[in-house]
Amino acid sequence: MAATANTASGNEIEKKKSGGNRKKKGAHHIAGYVFISPWLIGFLLLTLWPIAQSFYLSFTEYSLLEDPVWTGTDNYTKIFTNDTTFTKSLSVTFMFVLFSVPLKLFFSLMVALALNKNVRGMNLYRTAIYFPSLIGGSIAVAALWRNMFGIDGYINQVLAWFGIEGIGWISNPDTSLGTLILLNTWQFGSTMVIFLAGLKQVPQELYESASVDGAGKVRKFISITLPMLSPVMFFNLVLGIIGSFQTFTSAFIITKGGPINSTYMYAMFLYEKAFKHYQMGYASALAWILLTIVALLTIINFAASRYWVFYESDGGKPK
Amino acid sequence: MNSLRSKLTSHLFLTVFSFIMLYPVIWWAGASLKKTEELSMPTIWPHTPMWENYWNGWHFSSEYTFAHFFGNTLLMELGNVLGGVATAAIVAYGFGRLHFKLRGFWFSILLLTMMLPGQVTVVPQYILFNKLGFVDSYVPLVLPHFFGGGAFFIFLLVQFIRGIPRDLDEAATIDGASVYGIFGRVILPLLKPALVTVAIFTFIWSWDDFFAQVLYLSSVDKFTVGLALRMFIDQFDIQWGQLLAMSLLSIFPSVLIFFIAQKHFVEGIATTGLKG
Repeated sequence: MAATANTASGNEIEKKKSGGNRKKKGAHHIAGYVFISPWLIGFLLLTLWPIAQSFYLSFTEYSLLEDPVWTGTDNYTKIFTNDTTFTKSLSVTFMFVLFSVPLKLFFSLMVALALNKNVRGMNLYRTAIYFPSLIGGSIAVAALWRNMFGIDGYINQVLAWFGIEGIGWISNPDTSLGTLILLNTWQFGSTMVIFLAGLKQVPQELYESASVDGAGKVRKFISITLPMLSPVMFFNLVLGIIGSFQTFTSAFIITKGGPINSTYMYAMFLYEKAFKHYQMGYASALAWILLTIVALLTIINFAASRYWVFYESDGGKPK
Repeated sequence: MNSLRSKLTSHLFLTVFSFIMLYPVIWWAGASLKKTEELSMPTIWPHTPMWENYWNGWHFSSEYTFAHFFGNTLLMELGNVLGGVATAAIVAYGFGRLHFKLRGFWFSILLLTMMLPGQVTVVPQYILFNKLGFVDSYVPLVLPHFFGGGAFFIFLLVQFIRGIPRDLDEAATIDGASVYGIFGRVILPLLKPALVTVAIFTFIWSWDDFFAQVLYLSSVDKFTVGLALRMFIDQFDIQWGQLLAMSLLSIFPSVLIFFIAQKHFVEGIATTGLKG
């Protein structure tokens, strides 16, 4: 999880060490591979080989029962020119990502700031606030959500107190995606914990010297907290986007992709193509399109990061 | 005076906010004891608590009780946790301490796999497990944990190992220990707290890993708690009180572990995960 936040400084330490000790310390080529072999075997068997096979399958028609039949780029042509469900589910997923990622980032940062204080009983508050995230991804919560946002559900009863007539939040195509975004935001815990850890790393001296210079709270937040937090923000952003593109359980259980495909998330579309209709080739093509989109967004993110992400080891400025 | 006021404001805000965050959970607990007609009322506590919701929910399927589904899930969890804990430390020691050819390359690959969307590998993996005859068994769910327990945990432990002073290794080397000896007698004992974190996260994440369960398990006999709940939801006439009661029970193991290991949880990610 904490990959990007660490690699920058981690690698440097590594370089220094191996540079200084190369002659003295023997390398352990065989032992090294012995130790990493569980991962390496798993990687080759369950990641690399499947990736290659998935690429091949995306150019075939394959139903599991018979051998794959090579069909060239037919799957891709069909997806891009003649599949309205694809267009729909892709746009639904983009909407989901577009709203839920910034919402979650903003929300978890605010909560992390509130929790980064020395007050008595802070652990209790942290536990309470983290709690929904602990259970949030489970099917149990999906069931809860489905009930709460139903036409007779809890939410509408509360609204009735205020004289507002509720709607079937889940059965209405205009609001169904919103309920899923809300559920996703409610599970902000791990993003928040990472922000919190980042906040703890900010040297207190910076705030102190800023106070001496007469900086106010807002000024400190903009000039110190945000830049110091930018690597963590970047990390949460990258993984948040990748994770949101793969949202499955909530759509699958709460809305079943409906009504009228308004929550038919890409991961669910892919799942149904593969394991309900047994169109393995078609599903593989969908997977590769997803991979391409996610990879492109990640590359864009990394490219853009040099303008706003601040690493201490770079000598104090974004490049 | 000023700081007292700001402390009070903090407490007030945090209390209200915690309450808002937990409110759905509190409502949930109350709702699990309600009659269907009463469910749509915003009151927390039911007029007449229906404790039988728990009894009837537990027995909702004519074939099996929830005890069976809990048993299945715990069995699967046992394999997952065992696999993750046993192999993650081994792999992490290789990456964290040993110098070998292409180590940097493989480590980058490891980090890259954390970003790989699972959808790309799921179809061929399914085909593979299908060919081997493992579909509708726990093998496809458990086996992947025996390959290092997942990139995230390996990374977590590598970070942890890098924090252990090398003097310890060197002292052991002088005493004639091989790298295997150093791993077994020096590093592994020190890794214990981090391995607890691995075990906890593995448990909770596998409990919620609904996608893999729905994909690979098809006979009711082998259903996990999550799949049993889904069967419950898909019934024609849902008994919501009973369903919410069983859902609440289903999160119980994770919650229990969370409270037992609370310190590990928040601080575990905070310190091991982000030491930079």
